[in-house]
Order: sequence, then structure tokens, then C-alpha cells
Amino acid sequence: MAAPLSVEVEFGGGAELLFDGVKKHQVTLPGQEEPWDIRNLLVWITKNLLKERPELFIQGDSVRPGILVLINDADWELLGELDYQLQDQDSVLFISTLHGG
Amino acid sequence: MPAPPCTSCHAARAALRRPRSGQALCGACFCSAFEAEVLHTVLAGRLLPPGAAVAVGASGGKDSTVLAHVLRGLAPRLGISLQLVAVDEGIGGYRDAALAAVRRQAARWELPLTVVAYEDLFGGWTMDAVARSTAGSGRSRSCCTFCGVLRRRALEEGARRVGATHIVTGHNADDMAETVLMNFLRGDAGRLARGGGLGSPGEGGALPRCRPLQFASQKEVVLYAHFRRLDYFSEECVYAPEAFRGHARDLLKRLEAARPSAVLDLVHSAERLALAASARPPRPGACSRCGALASRALCQACALLDGLNRGRPRLAIGKGRRGLDEQATPGTPGDPAQTPTPKAVPTF
Repeated sequence: MAAPLSVEVEFGGGAELLFDGVKKHQVTLPGQEEPWDIRNLLVWITKNLLKERPELFIQGDSVRPGILVLINDADWELLGELDYQLQDQDSVLFISTLHGG
Repeated sequence: MPAPPCTSCHAARAALRRPRSGQALCGACFCSAFEAEVLHTVLAGRLLPPGAAVAVGASGGKDSTVLAHVLRGLAPRLGISLQLVAVDEGIGGYRDAALAAVRRQAARWELPLTVVAYEDLFGGWTMDAVARSTAGSGRSRSCCTFCGVLRRRALEEGARRVGATHIVTGHNADDMAETVLMNFLRGDAGRLARGGGLGSPGEGGALPRCRPLQFASQKEVVLYAHFRRLDYFSEECVYAPEAFRGHARDLLKRLEAARPSAVLDLVHSAERLALAASARPPRPGACSRCGALASRALCQACALLDGLNRGRPRLAIGKGRRGLDEQATPGTPGDPAQTPTPKAVPTF
């Protein structure tokens, strides 16, 4: 049983273009049976924030390869990736690396 | 569960794990390690000797932004001077925004900036004009093939104008690995042979070039830019979806997910390749028109422009080149900008 959570979801490196160009989103995730982890955050984002071309953001139940995920400024690899359990006031940043430099 | 502590400073929480060593580092220690590795690449390869006047190919994008920032920090230690050279390919709606980012960077870093435009160098041919000229050729558009060749030439010209002794570009390990895959997929033995190593020493009068970030993975370049709060331009070129490189990139990303060291391993494999005797490219000579390094009568830039100006844009691409050499008009070696202005061309 998870209480509602307030988290900041941010997009950078061009990923924001899939979200109407808006980089920072302050979101309130509703209380629900299952705890909020990155896996179901992605589902929620796809349903509620993503404006176009989901295949550029999501692949299967994870992000498209080439999109970095930082949770509170740390690589999600260190925190369990999709299984990381979100806490109130967490900040999740998605940075796309998929463009010329 | 919180992140483990940084294995370098033991003070802050780790922000990432380095792909090769698996070492967990905080943002600040990672940035220091990244900078130290770039310094090592430059020193070990003797890429930029003291006194070098270095032209940084600046596009406003993540790689050249990180490259310029890191080199600016290392410049006093290396004893080099830096300038920015940006290329305007004439891609409406894309390049203007990217150039605005470069101008902001030049002002912030207090570095001189020179912009060179295809339109001026190549007889009025902007990439948009090339794209229109190569549209509807039946196969997918090859305008990116033109851009790669012309951009190299434009960068050379820009660097010369500012009196540079060396050119640096921001190619990272992923770029190098993609190029290796592309060359394999196209059976391009010549490029496979030339592509490895630390850059070109500068044959045929061309300025020496190198890629100080070539051992840095793209992921780490982006993370460095994030932790150093660097502002860069992150939109994809409007023509990029049509480029062959996209296929190599998709394959590389999937490979990397399965085996993180695949990117650097590919680059190292290419460095260690030896070509069969029959596959080795001939010694290059000089372009009969502009004098630049060329393996045939015309260098690639002159050959491509020739094709465009004759209304036969595919003339110098792939197997079509065989027909071109017999038709090459000997000209006085000189400025490629002397090619005639584009005329209305039939689309095939």
C-alpha cells in the first residue's frame, strides 16, 4: 500500500521534446496498492505526460537504450534501476544521449 | 536503498559507476577523473604539443561543448591556445539554433569564434539545396554523405583562416564504434584501415587532427556535461533520420545493453586490424582540382560538388565513382569555392 507521492520528473538532452518541450514536471502520484517504483512510474509517465512517439522514450518495460536515468542525481544503475522504490520528494531525471554532438 | 559512498573521496554518495572499472564515484570525483583521462589521452598520444594553436570544431552539441570546456581547463597546463570554429551547413531551423548556442558559449568562455558557411565555400550549395537535389533518387537520400565530406573541408578552411596548427573534434567512443560498424557493413576496407588510431597526422598539407574524447563513452560525456552544468544544444539534425549511421547506432545501443564494454572493444578491435594485401588502399596523391589529399583524380569534396553541379548528385557516391574519373576535367588547383553556383537540376 503506497501513499500518494510528490516527485519531480525532469527531461533533458532533447527528451523534453516528447513532453511538449517542458523540462520540469512536479507530479503527484496517487496512492495505490503497489508501491511506486520506476517500473510503474514509467507506465504512469507514458500514460499521463508523454505527448508523442512513445517508441522514442520507452522500450518494453524500460527506457529506450540511450536514455540515462538519474534519481536524486545518481545513476539508477546504483539504485536498482526499475526496482528502485520511489520516496516522497525524489527527483527523477531522464537525459537523452541520442543526438549529434 | 541509498547509493554506496564514493570510492575516491569517501565523503559524498556515489553518483555513478564507471563502465570499465566498475568504480563508484560521486559527481565531483567523476568529473576530475574524466578530465584526467582526457589529459592522459592528449599527453600519451602527444596530440597537442606546447605552443599549439588549437581550433575546436564547435557545433553547440554535447560533445564539442564538453571538449571545449575540458580543453579550456587543461590549456594552461598543456601550453596551448584555443579558438572555436563552427560550420554553418545551411540547414534551416536547425543550424541557426545550434549556432546561437555556440555564440553563447564563445561569450561565456571568452574564446574567439569563427563561423564558416557552406554557402560561401562551396559555390552557393547549402545542405538544404543538396537535400533538394538528392531527393527522390529512389533510394534514401544521401545528403549526409555530402555533409560529412564537406564539413571536414569547411573545418579545415576555417582552421586555416584563424592560423590554427591543430584541429580537434568531439568524437566520442560511441561515434568511433559506430563508424567501425558502418565501414564493416559497407565493405570499406580503405576507411577501416585509416580509421583507427588517434587521428590524422596531417598528410597532403592538411592540418593534424585528433579526437581527445575518443575513449570517453557517450554516456560519460553526457554525465560530465550534467555534473558540470554545461549548456548545450540537443536537437537532432532534420536530415539525421535518413542517415545510415542510425542503423549502426541502434545496433550499438542494443549491444551495449547486453555487454557494456562492447563500445570500446569495437574501437580497439579496429585499431588492431591488419588488412589482406589485396585490400590495402593505394598511396594517395593530390586532387587534380584543389590539390588536397585524394586517392583518385578528384578528392571526395570536389567529386561530390562536381556531381551536384552537373545535376547528377549520385555521381560520386559509392560505385558511381567509377564513371567520374574518366570525366574529371583537369583544373587549376585552387579554391573549391570557385565551383559554379547551383542551377535548377532535374530530379531523377
